Amino acid sequence: MSKTVKIRKGANIPLSGSAEKVKGEATFASSFAIKPTDFHGLIPKLVVKQGAEVKAGSVLFYDKYNEHVKFVSPVSGEVAEVVRGEKRKILEVRIVADSNQAAETFDVSDVSTGEKVKQALLAAGYWPFIKQRPYDVIADPKDTPKSIFVSGFDSAPLGPDYDFALHGQNADFQKGIDALKTMTNGAVHLSTRPGGAADTVFGAASGVEKNTFSGPHPAGNVGIQIHHIDPVNKGERVWAINAQAVAMIGRFLNSGKADFSKTIALAGSQVEKPRYFTTHIGASAKSIVDGKLVDGDNRVISGNPLTGSNVGVDGYLGFYDDVVSVLPEGKEPQFLGWIAPNFNKFSLSRSYFSWLMPKKGGYALNTSMNGEDRAFVVSGEYENVLPMDIYPVYLLKAIMTKDIEKMENLGIYEIAPEDMALCEYACTSKIEVQNIVRSGIDLAIQELG
Amino acid sequence: MQFIKNIFDSIRPNFEEGGKFEKFYRAYEGFETLVFVPGHATKTGTHIKDAIDLKRTMFFVVLALIPSLLFGIWNTGHQHFLAMGEFSDVSAGFMDKVLFGAIKVLPIVIVSYIVGLGIEFGIAVKNDHAINEGFLVSGMLIPLVMPADVPLWMVAVATAFAVVIGKEVFGGTGMNILNPALTARAFLFFAYPTKMSGNAVWIPTEGGAQVDGYTGETLLSQAYNAPDGANFGELAYDAAGQQFGSIADTMWASFWGWIPGSIGETSAFAILLGAIFLLWSGIGSWRVMLSFFLGGLSMSLLFRLWGANPFMDVYPLQQLIMGGFMFGMVFMATDPVTAAQTNMGKWIYGFFGGFLSIMIRVFNPAYPEGVMMAILFMNVMAPLIDHYVVEANIKRRLKRAKVAA
Repeated sequence: MSKTVKIRKGANIPLSGSAEKVKGEATFASSFAIKPTDFHGLIPKLVVKQGAEVKAGSVLFYDKYNEHVKFVSPVSGEVAEVVRGEKRKILEVRIVADSNQAAETFDVSDVSTGEKVKQALLAAGYWPFIKQRPYDVIADPKDTPKSIFVSGFDSAPLGPDYDFALHGQNADFQKGIDALKTMTNGAVHLSTRPGGAADTVFGAASGVEKNTFSGPHPAGNVGIQIHHIDPVNKGERVWAINAQAVAMIGRFLNSGKADFSKTIALAGSQVEKPRYFTTHIGASAKSIVDGKLVDGDNRVISGNPLTGSNVGVDGYLGFYDDVVSVLPEGKEPQFLGWIAPNFNKFSLSRSYFSWLMPKKGGYALNTSMNGEDRAFVVSGEYENVLPMDIYPVYLLKAIMTKDIEKMENLGIYEIAPEDMALCEYACTSKIEVQNIVRSGIDLAIQELG
Repeated sequence: MQFIKNIFDSIRPNFEEGGKFEKFYRAYEGFETLVFVPGHATKTGTHIKDAIDLKRTMFFVVLALIPSLLFGIWNTGHQHFLAMGEFSDVSAGFMDKVLFGAIKVLPIVIVSYIVGLGIEFGIAVKNDHAINEGFLVSGMLIPLVMPADVPLWMVAVATAFAVVIGKEVFGGTGMNILNPALTARAFLFFAYPTKMSGNAVWIPTEGGAQVDGYTGETLLSQAYNAPDGANFGELAYDAAGQQFGSIADTMWASFWGWIPGSIGETSAFAILLGAIFLLWSGIGSWRVMLSFFLGGLSMSLLFRLWGANPFMDVYPLQQLIMGGFMFGMVFMATDPVTAAQTNMGKWIYGFFGGFLSIMIRVFNPAYPEGVMMAILFMNVMAPLIDHYVVEANIKRRLKRAKVAA
């Protein structure tokens, strides 16, 4: 049964610099990196050494605890460097791309059963796109999920428009959906905004349960959609996959060739002409932002400003990210800033003027904390931006006190850090909500499995 | 602003590690962050943050208290001159009244802030944590719930008690169970009852001449003492012994607030201004205010239907605008730390707060200020209410799992 859900809680943060629906000139990056840190909880086992020649689809490393899950090179070239951090933890596997791209090919002639689809995806490095709830980690290929969710829109600030990004990829997207269907006994759910046209990628897709979600962010988060349509109970597994990744999987299954190109948005108030670009997973940020930014102290974020990571100009596009946001840094102290009317600041509270006189074209928010860490005082803020039947403060308290039973009872299985990113944004006391949720999930994985 | 920044920059090294006063870094930091919102950029988590911080939240509550403070200053003078038989008209002697009131009230405010902030700074320095802004509000609330004639040393003792026993022993701002300002008032109420209740404390008369018929009674006490069968509203009188005349006139005087009472509590009008500001800015919880009001209204209506004595017979609206009910509803019950934290819990907490306020007021002559007791009681009950609200959520989730299985 398809459902129509009206999300009432949440908030849209009107940032200026959303990507215009225009595709910019693609610059092929010369440097790429796959970062094991993009996959939470992963312990990588390297299979290549510095200097090794790789093709697109060649294995770089695999999961130590689940060796079928492989992570591959997005392009062909040479492994330039393995960057390590403390305790020799692998941070990045860098690849310098060849000018002539070559890709591994795989036998995808028979993908009629879930097992065969899984094998193909695992072998070619497409598996990590599939994430599971609970815990928001890479799905275990041994599981059979009760349903699979694809979110057809990104409601986060500066989020890309998947309809636009996937334009013309109907066949690939459909192939991806068909493949996903083989892996579950339940339904594949595709959530969109209401009123989508029938000739778009999502409108044309068949064999899926189409649900519509109206309302503010985080309506586009797959976790919210699962909660409202097919909530995760103890012991259950639901899989989730990004819409672009569905098309990539479909493209792979149609051609048998590993191809990790995708469309990303370059957005934010520090971007001169925010628009879309085609690039590859793991591309260097420099290849994306070079010459396209307004001068200044900029923060280059792989992902959106709520959940992305600060990679800097010398960093690389994250595995799952399809937007690069560039915001001005906010390191200037402000004289009596807590009294000033601050017309250029945005607040979900009504103690600023942003709710009475919203700025046309959105706000160019910077990365200032706008205050300091404090004890938790103001109640009700988190509840207003979390459209789930979960008491966020009580869940966070259970996590902080490491009360596993309470965490379980209060909804740790349903939540991902990104779902509570708005709570963190809105918090008067500047509490690091996403970190707390992440630590709770880690604890749950460790204790509950 | 650059020169102020330069001053801070030049003295900061003294407070940083290795400096002469490094122990006092937290105190220095408290001042610096008051003047400059620090230029900290986000490190982990969301890259952008909402513009609001605790300083602004607290500052807005203080702003909302300003009408009550200003009115309280004037009214302290007004009541004094009424008792003296001078300027008995509301519009007369404005400057004299304000001057007299200011001399009475401002020292109480100053003592409350100096003692409270002194302790907060001391504890922050000792425990090496940042100074929380919670006391900015408590420091203003404490004077406003005191009678104008309260000795300053009592204000100091009560403030110290409220900050140390009411708040810091629980872990400081955000951790306390009882509202600090009400803790201060309750402390004085039980420790020095003769200075906090009765007829002699509300109007500063400086031992001078008083008009004939002066009693110094508050309306609450008049309602309690009204003879059987009489309507309190018709008999009520002001500090000069003049009857207001009619039920409507009594209500009119209670609404504007030129009646005796604690400094900030008398004017429903000034409190409503604050309430509008708090609701407009979204800082105060409308759920608590509304449900508190409804709770008080229900109890007043029930009492009026019952009508066993003149106090029960008081018109519900009159009941709600006299005494500390409005002040408690807008500024005390809404304290986010001590109120219930869940939305459902807030409805229950507020409703019973209002309900009990009127019940205690009418049933127990020893506590004419039922609001204080009711809110403190509900502060204690709030975690329990929340517990059951959260339990219900857990049950829903377990039920869903069973249905699915």
